[in-house]
Amino acid sequence: MSILVYVEQSAGKIKKTSLEAVSYGYALAAKTGEGEVIAVALGSLAADELAAIGEAGAAKVLHISDERLNAGVIQAHASAVAQAFESARASTLILAKSSLGDAVAARLAIKLQAALVSNVVELPRLEGGFVVKRSIYTGKAFADTTVTTAKKIIAIKKNAVVQKLDGAKAQVELFSVSISESDFASKITSTERATGEVLLPEADIVVSGGRGMKGPENWGMLVDLAKTLGAATGCSKPVSDIGWRPHHEHVGQTGVKVAPTLYIAIGISGAIQHLAGVNSSKCIVVINKDPEAPFFKAADYGIVGDAFEIVPQLTEALKAVY
Amino acid sequence: MKILVCITHVPDTTSKIQFTTNNTKFDSTGVQFIIGPYDDYALARAVELRDQTGGTLTALNVGEAETEPTLRKALAIGADDAIRVNSFPKDSFFVAQQIAHFAKAGDFELILMGRESIDFNGGMVHGMVGEILGIPSFSPVMKLELEETTVKMAREIEGGKEHLEAKLPLIAGCQEPIAEWKIPNMRGIMSARTKPLVVVEPVSQETQAEASSYQLPPAKGSVKLVDKDQVSELVRLLKNEAKVL
Ligand SMILES: Cc1cc2nc3c(=O)[nH]c(=O)nc-3n(C[C@H](O)[C@H](O)[C@H](O)COP(=O)(O)OP(=O)(O)OC[C@H]3O[C@@H](n4cnc5c(N)ncnc54)[C@H](O)[C@@H]3O)c2cc1C
Ligand SMILES: Nc1ncnc2c1ncn2[C@@H]1O[C@H](COP(=O)(O)O)[C@@H](O)[C@H]1O
Repeated sequence: MSILVYVEQSAGKIKKTSLEAVSYGYALAAKTGEGEVIAVALGSLAADELAAIGEAGAAKVLHISDERLNAGVIQAHASAVAQAFESARASTLILAKSSLGDAVAARLAIKLQAALVSNVVELPRLEGGFVVKRSIYTGKAFADTTVTTAKKIIAIKKNAVVQKLDGAKAQVELFSVSISESDFASKITSTERATGEVLLPEADIVVSGGRGMKGPENWGMLVDLAKTLGAATGCSKPVSDIGWRPHHEHVGQTGVKVAPTLYIAIGISGAIQHLAGVNSSKCIVVINKDPEAPFFKAADYGIVGDAFEIVPQLTEALKAVY
Repeated sequence: MKILVCITHVPDTTSKIQFTTNNTKFDSTGVQFIIGPYDDYALARAVELRDQTGGTLTALNVGEAETEPTLRKALAIGADDAIRVNSFPKDSFFVAQQIAHFAKAGDFELILMGRESIDFNGGMVHGMVGEILGIPSFSPVMKLELEETTVKMAREIEGGKEHLEAKLPLIAGCQEPIAEWKIPNMRGIMSARTKPLVVVEPVSQETQAEASSYQLPPAKGSVKLVDKDQVSELVRLLKNEAKVL
């Protein structure tokens, strides 16, 4: 028996959240004594990217190098991973929750007849069955979920485990699969992707702005702050609705759910639907001119004042430290 | 064309979440239930596509009797008929099996769902149904246009989106800005009372991962305020106290 980890790439780079999933697999194997952690990586990938998977805790990487899999073709990925699962004689599949991961995992649950538990926040408990803790009600609660099938799929939330960095170099094996043409029947005609930016769902620090920023022309100061911190930028729903910022930056109940170490909210009131997307953050800083803004109740640190004065000062103060 | 939209009956997004019976049951005291916000986007787009193609639109929910007002609301917004699969939605696998069965029986060509339910946030029922039926499933879909049997979509990915083309039949898990939420009008509300709402029994009882007990996150301590003229103090606290820099 082994644990298989589905590793995702974005433009040739292994996603950080996937490396966390590898480390989760490693910790799970140590806990259950279940043997090897094998990762499956799809599409064209350079040797150093594949090596990083070993450092995160995998003993072996099955590399399916078919370049048609560089893109996230959902059905084709599901078929490929299912074949790797059978070949590795795996009992459990681990992956990081993501736009592609969710879609692939759901199909795999049926293909492999495995229970799928998503939004998992920590390692399972093994006393009295296989019990997994997952986040529900958009971060407002947790559910202990009892898995009753022999095969299992666990989709983890960011920060479910600390990423391991000291593993050995993984043994890389080319793995070939047969994927039917029908699995490639739906065509990705084009992709628009922000380049050179830290991706919001993966970011350790997020700088987010709301309607209090008054207009898109004022985002420069947030971008400067984010750059200084190596952070991703986010926004509230009205900000993306009006088109000040792209939709994929919208954080909250109906947008991206983030779980960074540090979330800095600037000119955002803190409506419950916004909080639903950030309540898994480790530390929240709020900058708002209204001392009654509800966000302060959810914050660890706050400054009451005008963002247009405070943000540039904060960037300066951080530059002195970094 | 026959369109199916699957809707959840979930606590309003402003609800305070609480549990009873020794943390094994959701406490619905004082909670207002709504159509899931993502399902509302799916429903809105489904109504537009039904009007465009002149087909029919069925709304389906797996839930107990208390979900009927939510299904009636879907009828008021524009669904032609509704199906309620009479059971508590025990887990995603259970729900997916029911939906797959009735989708197949009804010969639906386009099945729209929400990107995720806001109670269990799985984001997986659409993919499961797709695999059971052997048809493609896409999520989160932010744009969906029909051209004959070709469906042109935009799917959100981390940091951007991808444009896709696929053939019917298919399933899409929807999110904004696929359509604007629709508010039922008086005529819709009146007609919803007489539109058919059929109750059927589940076709299988099989489950794989049921929730056994619930917990709330630990209460948040109070905020530490820093004076607006002492911004560097904030940096010091983040570095030395919170240790997040
Ligand atoms: C079903 C549903 C789902 C939703 N989903 C989401 C979601 O996913 N994400 C989301 O964000 N919202 C969501 N919303 C909307 C949410 O309810 C709020 O309307 C929204 O979050 C408010 O955005 P905001 O804080 O940017 O704007 P506002 O509420 O207008 O707040 C602006 C804030 O900026 C402050 N401010 C103004 N000027 C300054 C200044 N110079 N310096 C400092 N502070 C200043 C003000 O004091 C105020 O607190 C949803 C709503 C519903 C009904
Ligand atoms: N009990 C249910 N009844 C009908 N549709 C459902 C039910 N649960 C989930 N769905 C559909 O599946 C989507 C994804 O749900 P989930 O996988 O639970 O996040 C929802 O947005 C709905 O469209």
